[in-house]
Amino acid sequence: MIYVLFGYFAVVSILSGIFTIALKHPVHCGLGLLSLLLHVAGLFVLLNAEFLFAVQIIVYAGALLVLYLFVLMLLNLKTEEQYLHKKYPFVLFAGAAILGELLIVTLQTPHGGAKGTASADVVLRTGPSHAVGIMMFSDYLLLFEIVGVFLLGAIIGAIVLAKTPTAPTPKADAAT
Amino acid sequence: MIPLSAYVALSVVLFMTGLLGVLIRRNFIIVLMSVEIMLNAANVNLVAFSHYLESMAGQLAALFVIAIAAGEAAVGLAIIIVVFRGNVSTNVDQINLLKW
Repeated sequence: MIYVLFGYFAVVSILSGIFTIALKHPVHCGLGLLSLLLHVAGLFVLLNAEFLFAVQIIVYAGALLVLYLFVLMLLNLKTEEQYLHKKYPFVLFAGAAILGELLIVTLQTPHGGAKGTASADVVLRTGPSHAVGIMMFSDYLLLFEIVGVFLLGAIIGAIVLAKTPTAPTPKADAAT
Repeated sequence: MIPLSAYVALSVVLFMTGLLGVLIRRNFIIVLMSVEIMLNAANVNLVAFSHYLESMAGQLAALFVIAIAAGEAAVGLAIIIVVFRGNVSTNVDQINLLKW
């Protein structure tokens, strides 16, 4: 059963990734990205990461993708004839070569390592969000604070960038 | 039990999809979406290793990656709006001039 689920999520996420970069209309690409994000969230459930599953659905599929689709629909883009790079067959060829090489290298590497303390039954005893929370607010507290400051900077940056200019500058007047 | 290499292979394929998207697409918004695909591939890898090596650190890293991705998308889309307001299209080949 778990093989069927993994196969479904893997195949559909790869297919929707390909749709995201291959479809012509930008809104269709956004919907492909939505499908990819949801199926990656399904993979997180298979990996016992229920908290990340919820975060993926809420933050990625709920907030980020809505932001993308908003901008796409506000800009009212016209689909261009030349929507791919002029020499994209070469890029595709090089990409396929690098993909094969990466697959060979990563699949030949042994994936062993020292096991940590958070085995599946230990995590399931208190719940995954409890485990994530304990870890985040003890060992990773500094990183958490840094991410908070980063997000504040991102908010201010986005507001300043996208603010409508109130008064035209003299330079813009001279240009018109 | 699904082998770990299956997740690693899936992550490699997704990452290359995103990288090719960045390289061949000419629309700035689609380029940003391809960056999101790459970040998701990294997340799959992190969470898979976190599960198989029984450590919580991978999930924490994936959580921070999601936060960074949210900030990056907000600032990137703001830049797109600013560029588009100057009557430039969102084709990355035409955005080749930095002006103050």
